[in-house]
Amino acid sequence: MHPDQHTHAHEADEVPHTHPEPGVDPHLPLPDAPRALRIGIGGPVGSGKTALVAALCRALGDELRLAVVTNDIYTTEDADFLKRNGVLPVERIRAVETGCCPHTAIRDDISANLDAVEDLEDALGPLDLVLVESGGDNLTATFSKGLIDQQIFVVDVAGGDKVPRKGGPGVTTADLLVINKTDLAPLVSADLSVMDRDAKARRGELPTVFLSLVEDRAATPVADWIRSLVAARVPAAR
Amino acid sequence: MSLATLLLLADGRLPSGGHAHSGGLEAQVSAGRVGDLDGLAGFLRGKLATSGLVAAAFAAAACHRTLGTSPPAHLARATPPAHPPRATPQPAHPARGDQTPPLYFVPDISDLDQGLDARTPSPALRKASRAQGRALLRAGRAMWAIPEIGREPHQPVALGVLARAAGLGPLEAAVAAAHGTVTGSASAGVRLLGLDPYAVHGLLARLAPDCDRVAASAAARAGDPVDELPAAGAPLLDIGAELHATWEVRLFAS
Ligand SMILES: Nc1nc2c(ncn2[C@@H]2O[C@H](COP(=O)(O)OP(=O)(O)O)[C@@H](O)[C@H]2O)c(=O)[nH]1
Ligand SMILES: [Mg+2]
Repeated sequence: MHPDQHTHAHEADEVPHTHPEPGVDPHLPLPDAPRALRIGIGGPVGSGKTALVAALCRALGDELRLAVVTNDIYTTEDADFLKRNGVLPVERIRAVETGCCPHTAIRDDISANLDAVEDLEDALGPLDLVLVESGGDNLTATFSKGLIDQQIFVVDVAGGDKVPRKGGPGVTTADLLVINKTDLAPLVSADLSVMDRDAKARRGELPTVFLSLVEDRAATPVADWIRSLVAARVPAAR
Repeated sequence: MSLATLLLLADGRLPSGGHAHSGGLEAQVSAGRVGDLDGLAGFLRGKLATSGLVAAAFAAAACHRTLGTSPPAHLARATPPAHPPRATPQPAHPARGDQTPPLYFVPDISDLDQGLDARTPSPALRKASRAQGRALLRAGRAMWAIPEIGREPHQPVALGVLARAAGLGPLEAAVAAAHGTVTGSASAGVRLLGLDPYAVHGLLARLAPDCDRVAASAAARAGDPVDELPAAGAPLLDIGAELHATWEVRLFAS
């Protein structure tokens, strides 16, 4: 390059081109929709995060431009499950490898997740919604605000009705708390009203929903919560 | 040169994707070649002398190539560069008053990127290096004014360009590269083998002078043509990386 010869640098083999008048903005206007709404889905191993993602894909896949990023601890199992079950075309699903530390990848060093979201947007064009499932961890793992806009925390009834009382940042601060597997409550003698009361005490005004993905395969209360967020976000474009 | 800035660049907490990589250690642990502190020491010494030296040399070279260019005004420091380049290119845009900082441009460094491809026979390791280069650029863009050098440069090339953008020189870039080569695998060793973290840091302290030596020899050659830069290889690392990439269950991405 010989930048001193030019007002800006050209590659030697660059295709000849002209420049617009100064004063003319050469860029396309920004699309009227903002970037995709990003929702993080966290919670302990086995609480039903992947099952919830699958349900949301079934419920929202036809009405929203949707993509999914999974974070597995050891494998690409969650991504493989979603692909196998055909809830979303395979090109809409990416797996991130997290190097032993799933909470690091969603909170302290979010680079691989951001790269995955960007790659999806590059490959698929503008999206309305990206779901980011965390690798299962304990009750302390939450998402960075640099990665997601809103987060859902999924706990399950089978873990016992004390989980909301134990708290932790996921239970306390998530934008939506999902208490899943209510169908199992009688089997594990879990008292849903205790969980409801404790969740309210921990979370104040923040919403909590009860769910059984066995009984409600479209995860209706969660899908509705997401629909309202998307609608609030893009008032004109939708 | 700002020492605190160098510490920032070399800090393992820099969100640049490194935590997901073991630098080839996981494959060697699984093959039974590394199982304790002594094994880790041998592994780290071998890595430093081979891929560590290459990474340091390419980081120093990438930094050196951008030395003569103007950093953004807010980064311009009074200190002259420690290693003046042979020919000093001019900034692309001369400054037009205070409100227009000089545009920061990088001479073509694609030969360095290709040089690292040539020195990295394993496609899995190339992919890992480029993924980490991309992540490092993302972190760098949040910290300093980083010139456009492509989407996924090799990690050492990105590191050299970041070092320059941060106002550091080739020697500092090389030190950061050598240090990162050993510390990344060392913390993976703590996680994979359950090694005593104090013992591992004792090992790292003993390796620090070696890192400095490797970095100094790398920085001394920063201005060499790419084909004359170090090309030390470790075939077991390449073979291990290719096998590792086929595993169904693994803790680290590489
Ligand atoms: N009974 C019952 N099982 C569920 C429910 N939701 C998920 N599961 C099952 O719980 C197990 C773990 O679910 P998964 O989505 O993989 O959990 P993740 O680790 O949080 O992603 C799977 O066998 C699911 O089929 C539910 O509402 N009721
Ligand atoms: Mg899962």
